[in-house]
Amino acid sequence: MSILRFTREHEWVRLDDGEATVGITDFAQSRLGDVVYVELPEIGRALVKGREAAVVESVKAASDVYAPLSGAVTAVNAALANDPGLINRAAMGDGWFFKLKPADRAELDDLMDETAYTAFIKELG
Amino acid sequence: MRYLPLGDADRRAMLATIGVGDVDGLYRDVPRAVFETARLDLPDGLGEIEVERALGRMAAENLSAGAAPCFLGGGAYRHHVPATVDYLIQRGEFLTAYTPYQPEASQGTLQAMFEFQTQVALLAAMDVANASLYDGATATAEAAMMANRLTRRKRAILAGDLHPHYRAATATYARFNGFEVVARPPDPDAADDLEATIDDTTACVVVQNPGAFGQVRDFGALAAACHRAGALLVVATAEIVSLGMVKPPGAMDADIFVGEGQSLGNPLSFGGPYLGLMATRDRFVRQMPGRLVGQATDADGRRGFVLTLTAREQHIRREKATSNICTNSGLCALAFAVHLALLGEAGFARLAEINHARATALAGQLAAIAGVTLVNDTFFNEFTLRLPKPAAHVVAALARRGILGGVPASRLWPERPELADLLLVAATETNGDDDIAAFAGALAEALR
Amino acid sequence: MSEGSQAVSASSRRAAAASATRNRGLEIDELLIFEQDVPGRCGVDLPAPPRFADRLGGVRRAGPIGLPGLAEPQVIRHYTRLSQKNYGIDTGIYPLGSCTMKHNPRLNEKLARLPGFADLHPLQPPETVRGALMLIDTLAHWLKTLTGFPAIAMSPAAGAHGEICGMMCIHAALDARGETRTHVLVPESAHGTNPATAATCGYAVDAIPANTRGRVDIAALKRRLGGDVAAIMLTIPNTCGLFEDEVLAIAAAVHEAGAYCYLDGANFNALMGRLRPADLGFDCMHLNLHKTFSTPHGGGGPGSGPVALAASLARFAPLPWPVHDSGGLWLIERADGAAVDSIGRIKGFHGQFGMFVRALAYLMSLGLDGLRQAAADAVLNANYLLASLQDVLTPSFPGPAMHEALFDDHFLKDTGVTTLDLAKALIDEGLHPMTMYFPLIVHGALLIEPTENESKASLDRFVAAMRTLAQRARAGDSGFFRAAPRLAPRRRFDETEAARRPILRWRPAKEAAE
Repeated sequence: MSILRFTREHEWVRLDDGEATVGITDFAQSRLGDVVYVELPEIGRALVKGREAAVVESVKAASDVYAPLSGAVTAVNAALANDPGLINRAAMGDGWFFKLKPADRAELDDLMDETAYTAFIKELG
Repeated sequence: MRYLPLGDADRRAMLATIGVGDVDGLYRDVPRAVFETARLDLPDGLGEIEVERALGRMAAENLSAGAAPCFLGGGAYRHHVPATVDYLIQRGEFLTAYTPYQPEASQGTLQAMFEFQTQVALLAAMDVANASLYDGATATAEAAMMANRLTRRKRAILAGDLHPHYRAATATYARFNGFEVVARPPDPDAADDLEATIDDTTACVVVQNPGAFGQVRDFGALAAACHRAGALLVVATAEIVSLGMVKPPGAMDADIFVGEGQSLGNPLSFGGPYLGLMATRDRFVRQMPGRLVGQATDADGRRGFVLTLTAREQHIRREKATSNICTNSGLCALAFAVHLALLGEAGFARLAEINHARATALAGQLAAIAGVTLVNDTFFNEFTLRLPKPAAHVVAALARRGILGGVPASRLWPERPELADLLLVAATETNGDDDIAAFAGALAEALR
Repeated sequence: MSEGSQAVSASSRRAAAASATRNRGLEIDELLIFEQDVPGRCGVDLPAPPRFADRLGGVRRAGPIGLPGLAEPQVIRHYTRLSQKNYGIDTGIYPLGSCTMKHNPRLNEKLARLPGFADLHPLQPPETVRGALMLIDTLAHWLKTLTGFPAIAMSPAAGAHGEICGMMCIHAALDARGETRTHVLVPESAHGTNPATAATCGYAVDAIPANTRGRVDIAALKRRLGGDVAAIMLTIPNTCGLFEDEVLAIAAAVHEAGAYCYLDGANFNALMGRLRPADLGFDCMHLNLHKTFSTPHGGGGPGSGPVALAASLARFAPLPWPVHDSGGLWLIERADGAAVDSIGRIKGFHGQFGMFVRALAYLMSLGLDGLRQAAADAVLNANYLLASLQDVLTPSFPGPAMHEALFDDHFLKDTGVTTLDLAKALIDEGLHPMTMYFPLIVHGALLIEPTENESKASLDRFVAAMRTLAQRARAGDSGFFRAAPRLAPRRRFDETEAARRPILRWRPAKEAAE
């Protein structure tokens, strides 16, 4: 059973069978513009919820990507090195950034579900 | 006033359009307590004749290096700049242009800087160079901070024959930026065992080649030692002409090259503006500070050039930028590029040979003077002499005879009395046989 | 779909190929110097050196460097053709907000090149460079008098370097007081160098929001002030072109909290000769000689950023200290005696002396009367533009402005035309665009700074072009704007591709293919 949640900094996290996949939302990619480069964390690095995990760079901006949950990085999306545009084309799917093993499932509780996130970005205008 | 085109009728018409009675009305947000309250003790404006006369008088009080045999180095070198350079860099489209943020209207600057980046990368035998920094000293400080970011460590080892200004600027940045600098003691004999200083807390080792005392070395073994410990090797040069003959940092497996580019295209100008150079390997490029020009294609499919990887810079990344640098040394870089374009492969190599030949001839003559010892085994165009008395006194005596006879080590290392008898001497293509003879004669006199 | 990528129309391809050479009249296409190599060719005649014994200890360069060989005429043509693709102040109005693109007088260039200035080695014995030390001292006097500060550090190489210098002095002063303060405050509208500088000096940065009048929200500032704040960095006039009218109260509040006030002097052009920043309560400020004092921008430098210092900070100034006392003129180059608290060096040698000569020539040429008139004309010109454009563009704040006027892209709403598109269309009109997308506190900012050197006729031409373009945008002709520029030496670039696959240097074809 897959659980999808969103942060106020426009990251999404999908929890499947004890592994969490993290990316940035379609809203985030559209505001960034064409992504030119991604700096991903090393496998094994211990991420802390709310702290910087990755950096995504477009022509006109560079944004920090924060870890929605704490945990160790188990995989990174190697396809992004040659094709950072995947993030623009498929932010919610093939444009994922990294996977991690969540340290504390309770950290999901204060994240938004899809309905709440949709309302949140509507308010941002 | 000759620079101000508005006439009184214009001003009146414009004020009417704006709807205020006088310009002071436009300053109404300025607190009255501070506006136009001070009586500033400054003279009124002058025409060209008077300004020329006043500044000409100041200039006349200086002994210019062209008016006396000049053998000064110590991080700034007197070279001949071909007449062409100054005319090209004074073209108004280069001189008065801004940073090329609108590439469609700045292809001149952008292409020239793309070529400059290539020239620097070739000289240093590295993959990629930036479009300049302020000078060799600040470039060294930036390299240390770059190495910290890349290795996630915080300690820079600075070799004892790194130019003291480069060492000092890096130490100042270290204090406030929060990293540590280990400054090895001055090393005129190039005897310091730097490999022994490296451990797993070392972010980088910074060496200079030729060193501040003139020694030329191959740092390949040191590079390997750095890499084994997960550290980076930074090789600096204060005399870029040396790369016409000396093995380049890239061939020594260095990770970052920094340098002072003043020797090409740029006058001595009493210490500034100068030209910081930086080059590195492709895999480090995103951590390199400074502007980068990249090739691009326009809407008609034509090749052109743009500022790129700008998201690293201050105007976008702000407090997380690789550096706060904004204005750099654009026109100095252009002067460098033009000079090097004129020299080309053959001319640059020959220029280096002439410099080395002058220096070896000079060293031979000076070392033959009783009481004078040549300290160096190796050198390019600058070497160190040990004198039988404090070098500063000798230099003052030489100056009174109208000879600029080298830099006393005490000027660059004033806190090191043990170096007081050392004299740094440089020779370039501008020193003829009569200069050399005059210097040798005067030095012998001064030491009698 | 990136802003830079465009569909290439057949007609534009035809236009580009209108000549056999691809040259367009006097605008001549120019290859890289590396593509014009003739091996062995040289643009300099150097004599073969006499035989000599190599003293390099075997550490010789092996193999070619890879530099191209050109003769002098080829080099002159190359750079002449390149220059013709550039727009400069000499070309026309260059209304970049917060850059102060004023006229670069040629007298400055002539005097900087006098051998008695240009041909001086920085390490010559001080007795041989008395005139140079006198020049530095004279310029320092002008700058201290204009700013109202008792001391000035001359060595910073540019404005951002001056910011680092000032913030390091503040940090050192706090260290000397035995206090550790961790944060620096900057307005939301601050130039990017401000937070980048603070971070370089080890500080965390907090932004203070602007109020509805575009000024620092003093209530928000007072709420944020505390024992952890080292300094506030302000720009006055601010980056919206407005005078911070509560600056006296801001400075008082910051001082009361034990912190320092730093002034980014980039916008001093509006105020020079009319007010002294020291009187506003600042503790230090940097000046940009390449903005306010006419030294040329040179396509990206060199600049010069001296830092004026209050008495409380003077002793921390970086080395060297130019000194003028009963002993004459000399340089303190050691951190002892009077300079024992100096932060040390931040640069090699003594500062951007070549720019000092130019700035002093400018100051002497204008004089106090000229500086005051220049400041007034700069403010007048900006307000004239504001008044002439406020009905077709959207001013972000009600006037009066100081030396620059800020608009946002509200007037482009629902047109499909962006600030960027408008700027590119300006290039086709033979006008350099204004600063765009800065400051960040308004959407799609257009920041226009004409300077005092524009004639009324020049301003009227600019206004006419802007009005025409604004009306065309509002009429819905977005295709016209998206395809701009058409007439410049190059059209819009695919900056996305340039950043994804960076090509940052030329490589020989064989190497590039590997």
